[in-house]
Amino acid sequence: MIGAVPAEAGGAPGTEPVSLDPAILDRLMPMHLLLGGGGRILHAGPTLRRLVAGASLVRTAFFDRFELLLPAGVTTVSVLRTHAGGRLKLRMQHDPDIALRGIVVPVASGAEVLLNLSFGISVIEAVRRYNLTNDDFAATDLATEMHYLIEAKSAVLGESRRLNDRLRRARAAAEEQAFTDALTGLANRRALDGVVDDLILGGRPFALMRIDLDYFKAVNDRMGHAAGDHVLRAAAGVLRDCLREGDTVTRVGGDEFVILLRDRTDAPGIDAIAARIIDRLSQPIPYDGAECRISASIGTTISTYYPAPRADRMLRDADAALYLSKQNGRARATLVSPRMLADGALDQVLSGGPR
Amino acid sequence: MYGLVNRALQRFICSSYGDAAWAEIAQASGLRHEAFEPLLLYPDDLTGTIVAAAAERLRQAPDELLEDLGTFLVSHPSYEAARRLLRFGGSDFVELLQSLDDLPDRARLALPGLDFPRISVDMPRSGRIVLVCGQGLPGFSRVLTGLLRGLADDYGTLAMIDHAGSGCDEARITVDIHNTSFARARRFDLAIPVMP
Repeated sequence: MIGAVPAEAGGAPGTEPVSLDPAILDRLMPMHLLLGGGGRILHAGPTLRRLVAGASLVRTAFFDRFELLLPAGVTTVSVLRTHAGGRLKLRMQHDPDIALRGIVVPVASGAEVLLNLSFGISVIEAVRRYNLTNDDFAATDLATEMHYLIEAKSAVLGESRRLNDRLRRARAAAEEQAFTDALTGLANRRALDGVVDDLILGGRPFALMRIDLDYFKAVNDRMGHAAGDHVLRAAAGVLRDCLREGDTVTRVGGDEFVILLRDRTDAPGIDAIAARIIDRLSQPIPYDGAECRISASIGTTISTYYPAPRADRMLRDADAALYLSKQNGRARATLVSPRMLADGALDQVLSGGPR
Repeated sequence: MYGLVNRALQRFICSSYGDAAWAEIAQASGLRHEAFEPLLLYPDDLTGTIVAAAAERLRQAPDELLEDLGTFLVSHPSYEAARRLLRFGGSDFVELLQSLDDLPDRARLALPGLDFPRISVDMPRSGRIVLVCGQGLPGFSRVLTGLLRGLADDYGTLAMIDHAGSGCDEARITVDIHNTSFARARRFDLAIPVMP
């Protein structure tokens, strides 16, 4: 029989010491130790015995088998007794990874102490490492609930992660759709605004080229909308071919395109690109046994011409230049010049006649 | 209600009756999308609509479909996680039954907002066990019936489990245990499975 913590002397009912059979202590506290005054282990609970399977705990020295981390510097049972009722931190010498918690209480009958241990957060690893089951824990222990909680939370977090992935992909697809012209696969007007803003904010110089297809309406009228769509797709392909990685091609209207030429600010280079575009677009486009003939009018401006470039201003100026190209016979390109900007010539162009 | 309930229904129907059957049922239920998001919320009455459409298309009583769904949730390999969470309730079938009054709290612990009805367990020393479910969630007691049948199997216990009908705010399930060691229980380790 083992007496528990001594009660107050001359006690009222309920304060008498309680005697507990070792078998009962095993059920109540499967990880308890009974230590003799000299530090020898007199009895160990069944779960502790499982943790050291094959090597008996009983009759060995407690401080040889366990390392007391907190409080520090305790090497005898008599000092251990002075920490009765307090929280202990310890670990087993043979498996220092598993952190243990404990509480020590003196035993009524003498120098012995009762030490009850538990796992704490290490319970998850301990269960795995030692194949512990529900029966290795007292009926009052929360070990099972802890495992349930972790598994349930993992399941929910896993689903949450997958949901986030799906949402992210759906959003990317929706954004791409919002910024794409369905017919040609080019970026659309909404995307254009974003790119221009980014270039301006990033301080990158660029040329903005407005391109209208000449005689496109005639193709639509004479050869039908299917032919018109085909021509648009072919034109989009030509524009892509004429440009480099980093340039942006957008379709902003029925037969209207806007190109952004990144880092391109030299007039000869821009003129050459425009000429190539017009040349390629003027090649006949075969469709359904016939040939579609279009050309292109182009108006271009350059960001470095403006002390503080703005998207709306540049588009308007390029539009004016485009108008001049059409007025002067089509199938040509007009590049805005600093002087045109300075003397307000372009403003007059647009406030003049219809396009 | 969380999409995971509707998704379970969808998976059960696809698994037991085929994708084509599900497609027809989905259309009959007015569903436009393909897959349910388990953690998103859907209108509460949607589940009932799907069950009714399924009953009609599959020519099964809705109650039977729900019971089969319950069994599916415990026995289908893709639902191992659910089976494990339920097995936490007890180391044997009787203990599991006794823990059912905890089930709503356990569910809410796993996913706040997952509100199961109260379950009370009347377990005499010997003889018939009676479970009484509150009615908060239509169809719940039927699914639970099938679930318990599957779990009895899982524990290797031979038991007769029957839905004993619904009153105005409760439903009853009767459990008669014949043999707790009828077959070997399916393995359940407390240790948390390592993620692949």
